[in-house]
Amino acid sequence: MMSTQAGLSRRLFLIRSAQAGAGLTLGMSISGQLLAAGETGDFEPNAFVAIQADNTIVITIKHLEMGQGTFTGLATLIAEELDADWSQIKTVGAPANTKKYANLAMGLQLTGGSTAIANSYTQMREAGATAKAMLLAAAAERWKQPLSSLAVKSGKVIHTASGRQASFGELAAAAATQAMPKKITLKDPSEFVLIGKAKLSRKDSGKTDGTAIFTQDVQLPNMLTAVVAHPPLFGATLKSVDASQAKALPGVKAVVQIPSGVAVLAESFWQAKKGRDALKLQWTGGSERSSADIIADYKKLAEKPGLSAAKKGSVAPALASAKHVLEAEFEFPFLAHAAMEPMNCALQKTKSGVEMWYGCQGQSWDQQNVAKVFGIAPEQITINTLYAGGSFGRRATTLSDYPVELAEIVKAWGGPAPVKLVWTREDDTLSGYYRPMYVHKVTAALSASGELSAWQQRIVGQSIMGAGKSVDHTSVEGASNLPYAIPNLSVEAHNTQEAVPISWWRSVGSTHTAYAVETFIDELAHKAERDPVEFRLALLKDEPRYQGVLKLAANKAQWSKPLPEGHFRGVALHKSFGTYVAQVAEIAAQKDGRFKVVKVTCAVDCGVAVNPDVIAAQMEGGIGFGLSPLMFSEITLKDGKPEQRNFDAYKVLRMRHMPEVSVHIVPSAEAPTGVGEPGTPVIAPAVANALFAATGKRLRKLPAGGEYFTA
Amino acid sequence: MAINFTLNGKPAEVDVAPDTPLLWVLRDELKMTGTKFGCGIAQCGACTVHFNGNAMRSCSLPVQAVAGQSVTTIEGEHSPEAKALQTAWEELAVYQCGYCQSGQLMSAVKLLRDKPKPSDEDIDQFMSGNICRCSTYQRIRAGIKQAASSLATEVVA
Repeated sequence: MMSTQAGLSRRLFLIRSAQAGAGLTLGMSISGQLLAAGETGDFEPNAFVAIQADNTIVITIKHLEMGQGTFTGLATLIAEELDADWSQIKTVGAPANTKKYANLAMGLQLTGGSTAIANSYTQMREAGATAKAMLLAAAAERWKQPLSSLAVKSGKVIHTASGRQASFGELAAAAATQAMPKKITLKDPSEFVLIGKAKLSRKDSGKTDGTAIFTQDVQLPNMLTAVVAHPPLFGATLKSVDASQAKALPGVKAVVQIPSGVAVLAESFWQAKKGRDALKLQWTGGSERSSADIIADYKKLAEKPGLSAAKKGSVAPALASAKHVLEAEFEFPFLAHAAMEPMNCALQKTKSGVEMWYGCQGQSWDQQNVAKVFGIAPEQITINTLYAGGSFGRRATTLSDYPVELAEIVKAWGGPAPVKLVWTREDDTLSGYYRPMYVHKVTAALSASGELSAWQQRIVGQSIMGAGKSVDHTSVEGASNLPYAIPNLSVEAHNTQEAVPISWWRSVGSTHTAYAVETFIDELAHKAERDPVEFRLALLKDEPRYQGVLKLAANKAQWSKPLPEGHFRGVALHKSFGTYVAQVAEIAAQKDGRFKVVKVTCAVDCGVAVNPDVIAAQMEGGIGFGLSPLMFSEITLKDGKPEQRNFDAYKVLRMRHMPEVSVHIVPSAEAPTGVGEPGTPVIAPAVANALFAATGKRLRKLPAGGEYFTA
Repeated sequence: MAINFTLNGKPAEVDVAPDTPLLWVLRDELKMTGTKFGCGIAQCGACTVHFNGNAMRSCSLPVQAVAGQSVTTIEGEHSPEAKALQTAWEELAVYQCGYCQSGQLMSAVKLLRDKPKPSDEDIDQFMSGNICRCSTYQRIRAGIKQAASSLATEVVA
């Protein structure tokens, strides 16, 4: 880790160390340092940019880096307007501070909804432009030259006529004394040198030599590790605990009861885990409902009208007068996020409150929830945001489940030492906060002339937002905003109640709505004896951006060209989080009668493409992520207990399953939108439509499983 | 119980319960955190180290089995294969969250050592034990090929 700190001033070193979890190892107190005054020679015009005398530019990134590339993306925006040299830029994660670092789309410090670039686009550019204006003013003053005679390029201010130049570092101290510019002008996109242009190296360093610090790697003096026994059923409570054997084990320091279970604190993980396994616990209550019970109930509900999420024309008469009426019922299981780094968190009580180290995704929520446990103010919770080993939505929960669990442990124990909560893979998989189960029932009509005349879709499942008798948009997004021109439409929702905690999962509502919509549209196209691409385009006459990605994907995949023997194609199209994605999936029949996804052609329109390579990476990754629940992944409940606990049963995509993905970006001057999620929901329907082309069978229940794919 | 072994070419001694997995000895006792915990049951490969030259899942290797043997972790892996892979990883922006990448790289080093010019099938077979939930597989594949090609060039030169 030390090597990546080279070139940081002491103050920034402290910030970075805090975020890297190394601060207390060095015996330094971090609290308070974040607000300390800058050192002589440093220039910090705002909360995002710091230019040091040694010419390093340290950019504070307000969003969690969990793999999506936000350290690179937000740094690009600042570097562009600052006209910095990419090599002089270093990045640090922002501390918890809602005022300074809120997501402008939400008013909370929170990473999610594929909003990082979208909400930061102007803010980061202005931060860079402000810094540049002050550097220019400093150079003008020093050289006694008019501003108009100066230019900035690759981290240097240049007096064009004389060729005289100065690095940002040389001007930093003088820039710090300049007045803030009253008005700043952002570049015209035609002047961009980094945005949309360059393949830039990633700015989340240390990830190829083991030096990057994740929560799991935090080392603090005298730190204990906590492992928790959780209830075996969702909603169960503790009846009795016998901790005598656990307490007798070497290294075990304490056993404490907390609202979410019983925690064992020990000197090391293995000791704590052995202690946890030695607890004798009895539980009472909890839900014993199986997935089969839930599905049966959902199917009954799907027969009844639900809350109206979208309505146009009148569905019933259109169905009555149709030439063909098609009907389908879809089943979607619970899904775990299964980030590579199981949930974890480190916490220490300090004189002024509490300090935490972890891959925090929702700083505002976590501050509030942890503060409540200790009965202190949210501002007294210092959060050092580290790299997260994946999240896919899991680390942002409104109730802050695992940070609160750790706070409860530390409170119940009462000791002074820092504690790291470590969940095993099993703890993580069994913890809930799943993508909810859903049932969809879709009924649609084709008129005598083959036009799609009516669409009724009922969506049954738990509301992530906790909606009671109102529609939860996260349950219906992707269906309630159907782009296809259908004169008679009704999208309805039933909010159900189950004991299983649920949450958003990469692309949220679109994880299921895109599948139901895009496989059923495909089915209707076939019934109407129309080409699936042409059928969609005809329904998208007023939707140029949908058309744009669909045409581009079809074109690049050579949609009309015949495939080799045993190869089949499917297409799907979907907009989520403002970004349009179309994918053509090609599958190949295997000798054993199963299939392999061999090729995916992906077109994306996310407005201004800030970092084309990051966009491509997110599409590739999003496609891989979406293939897992199409092929194998599911959490099933048997008598209330999840049947999958680890990667042996909760199967996910591996190298041998990964198709060749090509990504094509639609050139656009529209405001940029996110790319973390929108690649994910499109792949499952695209592959399912290819499976139909191969087998003539429609896949209504996910995952496809062993009948279609080899795990 | 005191256990001695060779770690990254140097002698190491730890005093822990003999059933403690090597992974937790590395992480908690020796404070070498480059090797990651992902599943604990040798399913994900995040904890891959080299044990007497073989790629092994350290989460499922009791430290008593390591006594007198030789272990290399990402921190001590400075071979030409490792360097070529790390360079390719940076150039191709292979990683995303990065948590699995120590394990991916340790597996890839072993693959290149055994098969300097791996085919797609070789890569599928050898690398399928390492899960990447960000699904960086396509770039891992490209990274391995780029590293193989740069190593071949070095040998010729």
